[in-house]
Formats: sequence, structure tokens, C-alpha cells
Amino acid sequence: MDPIRLKYNVDAGDLSRAGEASSKMKMSLRKLGIPPETIRRASICMYEGEINMVIHANGGTATVVVTMDEITIRLADSGPGIPDLEKAMSAGWTTAGDTARGLGFGAGMGLPNMKRYSDEMHIDTTVGVGTTVTMKIKVS
Amino acid sequence: MKKHSVSMQAQKCRGCTACIKTCPTDAIRVRGRKATLLPDRCIDCGKCVRICPHNAIHPAGDPLEKMDQFRYKVALPEPALFGQFHNLDDPNIVIGALLKMGFDDVFEVAAAAELLSDLARRDLPSGRPLPRITSACPTVLRIIRMRFPRLIPHIEPVVLPMELAAELAREEAAKKTGLPPQEIGVFAIVPCPAKITTAHAPMAMEKPVIDGAFAINDVYLRLLGPMKEIAEAPPQLSRTGALGLTWGYCGGESAARLERNYVAVDGIDNVIRMLEEIEDGRLPDADFVELTACVQGCVGGCLNVENPYAAKMRLAHLAAKLPPKRNTLAFSPAARRKATFQQTLDYIPAFRLDTDRGAAMEKLFKIDQLAESLPGLDCSSCGAPSCRALAEDVVLGRASLDDCIFKVRERMRSVSEDPDSYLPAPFRRKNSTPPAEEEGESL
Repeated sequence: MDPIRLKYNVDAGDLSRAGEASSKMKMSLRKLGIPPETIRRASICMYEGEINMVIHANGGTATVVVTMDEITIRLADSGPGIPDLEKAMSAGWTTAGDTARGLGFGAGMGLPNMKRYSDEMHIDTTVGVGTTVTMKIKVS
Repeated sequence: MKKHSVSMQAQKCRGCTACIKTCPTDAIRVRGRKATLLPDRCIDCGKCVRICPHNAIHPAGDPLEKMDQFRYKVALPEPALFGQFHNLDDPNIVIGALLKMGFDDVFEVAAAAELLSDLARRDLPSGRPLPRITSACPTVLRIIRMRFPRLIPHIEPVVLPMELAAELAREEAAKKTGLPPQEIGVFAIVPCPAKITTAHAPMAMEKPVIDGAFAINDVYLRLLGPMKEIAEAPPQLSRTGALGLTWGYCGGESAARLERNYVAVDGIDNVIRMLEEIEDGRLPDADFVELTACVQGCVGGCLNVENPYAAKMRLAHLAAKLPPKRNTLAFSPAARRKATFQQTLDYIPAFRLDTDRGAAMEKLFKIDQLAESLPGLDCSSCGAPSCRALAEDVVLGRASLDDCIFKVRERMRSVSEDPDSYLPAPFRRKNSTPPAEEEGESL
């Protein structure tokens, strides 16, 4: 069976619109009858990823592939890249600027949350080139 | 299939697309030049009722004659009713007028709201997930069950104030009169279609506890005369305090619960946005979330007479003259039982394309493809609220691709000189009236 592919552009510099991709993806997953708990995990992963791309990377694209038993979310940006992945993955570590933190973002929980709510996460990053985060969520 | 109080009057409907565009759940389509409801998706929010320019959408309250079927009749006026009258400074005047109208007794829903506030204040969170979400607005409950099933455990498992009022009023009347409970009629007087629907088809009760629901605007005119007559010396029957009465506007419930970390959100579109945020874990610091589908809360219901802002002011004015509260819940097992859900709320998968996930995937795949091929203008000329909704309707067999005027034009292009003539003026590539300047392109 053909997998379902969804694609969203995440625009740079607009924190107030971050969350739109997550919201649209949720609607599609609901239509597929994906269990609510799986939808929640996928939407948290997507939302955190959207925020990351807006704050750190000048926006990017989110691609979602849904098969019978798995949701794959791929967030690709051509931002600055992550120099120290291990540090970036630790809870509370942040490089977010004052603007983002003033808005309540940048608590250093983005990547840790994405790891926590996905079943598999893979980060492909090159400093100065960009970052691609791929997350897989099993459909329970 | 659920029965709704909202119904479309075919003879008045002109087939314009005002309602389908405003519906937050895409529950309306225009078919054969008439608006029709997809009942599984309707949440009784009343937005279509408000926007219809031809007054063709009516939420049907029960006819007042329904009272006559009972030997003893009790009115259950919602707090919003008390905000409808100019210069009202004593709730007893409304209560006296309800008695003159033919009711034998009155039990204010606000009194039941005070009891529920008591319960909320004393029963501290015990392991249930935060934020707790109000259960006082049936439209909110329905949208959560349809779109945010993950949040169902957040909903306070307490009945609607009008449901608790109905149970208490019937009990009290039976005691007072000695009549069997079935000869006692309890009637809610409500500001919105959602409460009419819920009175007949309760969500959290095993069976209806209310015998009928009258719309505030059906009762209003009948009250004005009697209110003038008794204004001098109304019977002293009101038993609500300020905290119960102010449940009538958004924020009132939170205040009565003495909540500090709360948000109170009004208007269904704002409510949906907030639920979306809560679902994504974006509101970690709130203990309580008050959500009302209508703007300004129940005073904004589409069955009110007065505008929501004025009604809110009047409720606040009235409340200022009352003692803070007059009702105290006896924390007996029986009282607790009456106040809490008799059955759990379940998920209503109204947006699911198919019960089989594989079939649903095939359908969504087709819908995506079809939506790509549509113009994306969401003009609604096809009778669906958006191009995507049309694609879904086509795949689900509810519509034909020929309903899209642009698709028809594509086909006409091969047979006709001027395909634009098949489009409504705003969508034509060339102005049909002579262009003012040489560059006549309008798009």
C-alpha cells in the first residue's frame, strides 16, 4: 500500500505560527484513525521540531510519512548545524537567544522531548550546512 | 446518530455559503441549493445560527406547551436568563414571573452551580492529570470527544449544573407534593442549542434527567409583563449567591472555584486553539481551564435576547447585591454521586475516514491527490467549505468532482470559445465588463 506523505513548510522567524504543522498533521492522523496516544506523541515531536527550526535554523521543511505501522517525521533545515550533539541532547542545555527565552521557549527540552516521545530518533547534522532530524513513532 | 436541536429550514435557505464557511467542524454542505447538516460532526456551537443572513437555521427548543403534560412543573433557569433584563436588581422578580407564567416552582441552575463549585474547591486533585478542564459547556465536551480524545481524562467528571439542578428539583418537588417523580416536569431555560441537545441526549448521564429545555428567547417576552406586575413585591424565593450567578459568563466558574492558576477562554475557535496547545503540552502551568464555546460565556449563547457584553455587565451588577454564596454541598456519598458522571465519556471518531486503517490510508491518499488537482481557492461554490473538504466528499461518495466549477471549466475548454463564461465573475481571468485601461487582466 502507498504510504501517506504530508509536507509542511515551517517559516522562519514566526514563533506565533509554529505549531501549525503539528496541528495539520494531527488532523490527518485523526482521519486515518490512528490511536489518540500515538497522535499525541507524534504531535509533540513535530511541535518541538517546529520550534527548533524557527528559533535556530531559519525555518525548514517537515515531511511526514505514514505507513500502516509507523509514522516517520523528517525535519530538514539548512541552519547552522549542531556542533556538539551530545550536549544538545542533554536536558536543559540551550543556545536559544534572549528573545526566544523571553517567550518561554528555549528551556533546553526540545531535543530531549523529541527523543522521549519518539521510538527512534536520528540526527544528521553538519555545522554550517544544516540539520535533519528523523523520528519514528510506532503506531500502537 | 445523534439528534441535534439545530435544523435548517429549507424554504428560507437560499443556498449561500455563509454557514459552511463558519462551521468549526466542517459539518455543513450545500446540496441542491440548500444547506444540510452532517449530524455526526455537529457540536451544537450555534455559529451557523448566528451567521445565517436568511434566518434559516433554527435551534429548536421544546414548545412551551410541553409543560402541560405534567401535574407539577419546575423551572430551571440558567444564570444567563438573569442577564437579559434592563435595570433588574433582584433575581426574585424573574422567579416570580416564571411562577406567573405557569411554573409551580423554580430551582435556579446557579444554586446547583454553587454546589458544584463547593465540590471543586474541596476535592483537591487526586492523581488526575492537570490542567483539569471544565465540564460545564456541552459543546466543549463534544469537541474534546471528537478532536482531542487524549484530553478526556482531564475533564472534570461532574455533571452540568442544569443536570444537578434537575435532580435536586425533582426530589424536592416529590417531597413537597407527594407526587410520583414522573408527574413532575423539570424544564431548563437555556441560552444555547447545545444545552437543548444535552437535555434530551445527556452525555454523562445514563438517561435524561430533564423533561424539556426552553430557549431563553422563547420565554423572554412572556416574562416581561409579569415582571412589571410583581416588581414591587416579588416572592422571596431566590436561593442563589453571587458565585453561582456569575457562572453565566466566562471566568465565573473559575472565580467560584477560587482558582488561581487558570485560563478562561471563550469563543469556539479560541477554545479549539487552546485545546490544541494543551494537547501538545504547551500550557504546563495551568491547574484549571475554563472553556466556553460562546463569546463571553453562556451570556453569549445564540438563544439569548441581549448582547453578551451587556448581559455580562448586568449579571455582575446583580451578583454584587447578593451574598457570595448561599448553597453548601453536603459531602455525603449520595450528594457526591448526584454531582458526578454516571458514565465515562468516550472518543467519538467523527473525522475518521474508515474503521479499517488500511482503507482509511487509501482514502486519504486519494483525497490528497484530488485536493492537489483542485484550485485551492476554497470558494465553496461546490457546496463544501474548502477544496480539501470537496476532495474528501468525492472520495467518500458524498459529492462529485463536477461540483467544482473550475473542473467543469477545464472540460468546457475543449468545446467552448470562452471557458471563462462558465465561471462566476470573481474567478474569471478577464473582466467581462470593458476594461478601464488596456491592461484588463483582473487576476
